[in-house]
Amino acid sequence: MTDKISADVFKRLVDLASLELPEGESEYLRKELNNQMVSVEVLESIPIDAETGTAAHGIPYTEMNSPVPREDITRQDPHREDILKQAPELEDGYIVVPDISHEELD
Amino acid sequence: MKTCYLPAYAIADLIKTRQISAVEVLEETLERVRDVDGRVGQVDASQAQSKEDLSSVHAFTTLADEHARGQAEKIDQMVKAGESPGPLAGVPYTAKDIFTVKGIPATAGSKILSNYVAPYTATAVERMETAGAVMIGKVNLDEFTYGSSSESSALKPVPRNPWDTSRVTGGSSGGSAAAVAAGEGAISLGTDTGGSIRQPAAFCGTVGLKPTYGRVSRYGLIAFGSSLDCPGPLARNVTDAALVLQAIAGEDPRDNTAAVVPVPDYLAELEKDIRGLRIGLSEEFFRVTYFDADTGELKENPIDGEIKDAVLSVAGFLAQLGADIVIDVPLPHSKYGIPTYFVISRVEASSNLLRYDGVKYGFRTDQPFEDLRELYRKTRGAAFGVEPKLRMLMGIYLSAAQFDKGYYQRALKARALIRNDFETIFDPKGNYRLDTLLTPTTPTTAFPIGGVYGDSVLMQYSDQLTVTTNHAGIPGLSIPVGFDKKGLPIGAQFLGPDYSEGLLLRVGRAFEKVTANEEWRNRRPPLLPAND
Repeated sequence: MTDKISADVFKRLVDLASLELPEGESEYLRKELNNQMVSVEVLESIPIDAETGTAAHGIPYTEMNSPVPREDITRQDPHREDILKQAPELEDGYIVVPDISHEELD
Repeated sequence: MKTCYLPAYAIADLIKTRQISAVEVLEETLERVRDVDGRVGQVDASQAQSKEDLSSVHAFTTLADEHARGQAEKIDQMVKAGESPGPLAGVPYTAKDIFTVKGIPATAGSKILSNYVAPYTATAVERMETAGAVMIGKVNLDEFTYGSSSESSALKPVPRNPWDTSRVTGGSSGGSAAAVAAGEGAISLGTDTGGSIRQPAAFCGTVGLKPTYGRVSRYGLIAFGSSLDCPGPLARNVTDAALVLQAIAGEDPRDNTAAVVPVPDYLAELEKDIRGLRIGLSEEFFRVTYFDADTGELKENPIDGEIKDAVLSVAGFLAQLGADIVIDVPLPHSKYGIPTYFVISRVEASSNLLRYDGVKYGFRTDQPFEDLRELYRKTRGAAFGVEPKLRMLMGIYLSAAQFDKGYYQRALKARALIRNDFETIFDPKGNYRLDTLLTPTTPTTAFPIGGVYGDSVLMQYSDQLTVTTNHAGIPGLSIPVGFDKKGLPIGAQFLGPDYSEGLLLRVGRAFEKVTANEEWRNRRPPLLPAND
């Protein structure tokens, strides 16, 4: 059983994920992540050398199947009002958010 | 309930020839939903408790009956006016609650979108409407499609398998598979990222097609893994799946990954014989890996004997029809399928989940907050379930520079190796020259609700026979091929080269025809009327 993801690393991940975890959830999540690493580590037998190619998609995108980029013309999105209606708090067409945290730099 | 278990093509035909109206078909389907579905899934609702709960399907998250009536009436008016209402005229269908439909909630099975009403409609849904189909509602799924049992949905009760309601539907398109199996709509639109159409289709005894990546537009699909997600149909027969693919496939200027490859006429080839087709069998697919939580190790066993026998029986039928069965086809990199998926899908998911921040749409925390960061943390912490949290934490771990151990690079290389395995076996000039590969769809039949959930590794390995299809981008068709001794459906899948859906459908159809009189074809889920 690996313990690749220590409690400290886990805490950092939670911060990067912008999560505030409820009581009792951290230990379960960290245990499952470490169990998953047992599977991920199977990849260690894959060589990282220049010869083994990579694939970001399974299907190669070539001229045969790739769409041509559209013309660079500005278009008004027809859904503007519907989209803005989704916001939890709206004021004069602006989405209201709390203060954006900032730090004084020395 | 005369029409609830009819094929979609038969329903469309009855409506177009005015033997029944679209509204009548709709009302029959809605009555079926009332009879079998039980409580609609809702956030903060209780798990299944009462006797009724435990014997109901719970496929739905939103029942869109008013929307459906409007559509059905339009179809009837078109028929009356002599206009062509489309090949799926009046056919009731459901859409996995991962597709956006304007004016209708799209929850993704999550609290974080529980109050979200979509302002736009997914391409696949738009095209179903153009084909005349009638959307009766949205169906339940694993939260953000993360899972293989539909148990992780925040909308409770979770869906239950119509063949045995103590068991899972599979996932993540569990509501889709259950609805189709229970006659709640002839068709459902689902999505397959690691097996999420094919695995629940196998568990619920339906047909499920994962098209080639890019064959169907992802516009309007709430994203999990953007290089893996594929919308596709679930249905009770192969012809219906072909009809749906015909309607939804094709290029889309709104999705840059939607292939501009022309859509063939899938129905034209469907009934042709399969003489001389080369159908492969691979030993890699008859061994299953599982995670032993006690020892923390991965172990291997031969696949369940009943499942292996069912697949070999399929090969036997196809050989009788003149196909050449090619055994011992090697796919040596299959063992990297799940590890690669843990990496690629998590990295992509963690990126795709960043947009849910309580700012622009969806749930925003009602707890007090000082600043924007606190708003994010409280919102995301409260409204995401454990599966999204696991995915974002793992995705960040595997991709953040300070933790980088080269796994992402290795996973992309493994993906190329997996793709290469398939290119090799399908190469028309190679040693195997396969037209299709026949494999079991799942390592087991449907497991009990609560039996696996909570063990995220064991759960992920349910997809080990389907996931390499997603890595390679190739298409896969799962069809029902019988039942095990417990009366649970068994599925087998046909995998093929890029854009070979027509051939897969043809082989599936050939199997359907040659087994049309088998006893198991007459079985129905126990909670349905006997004469359905």
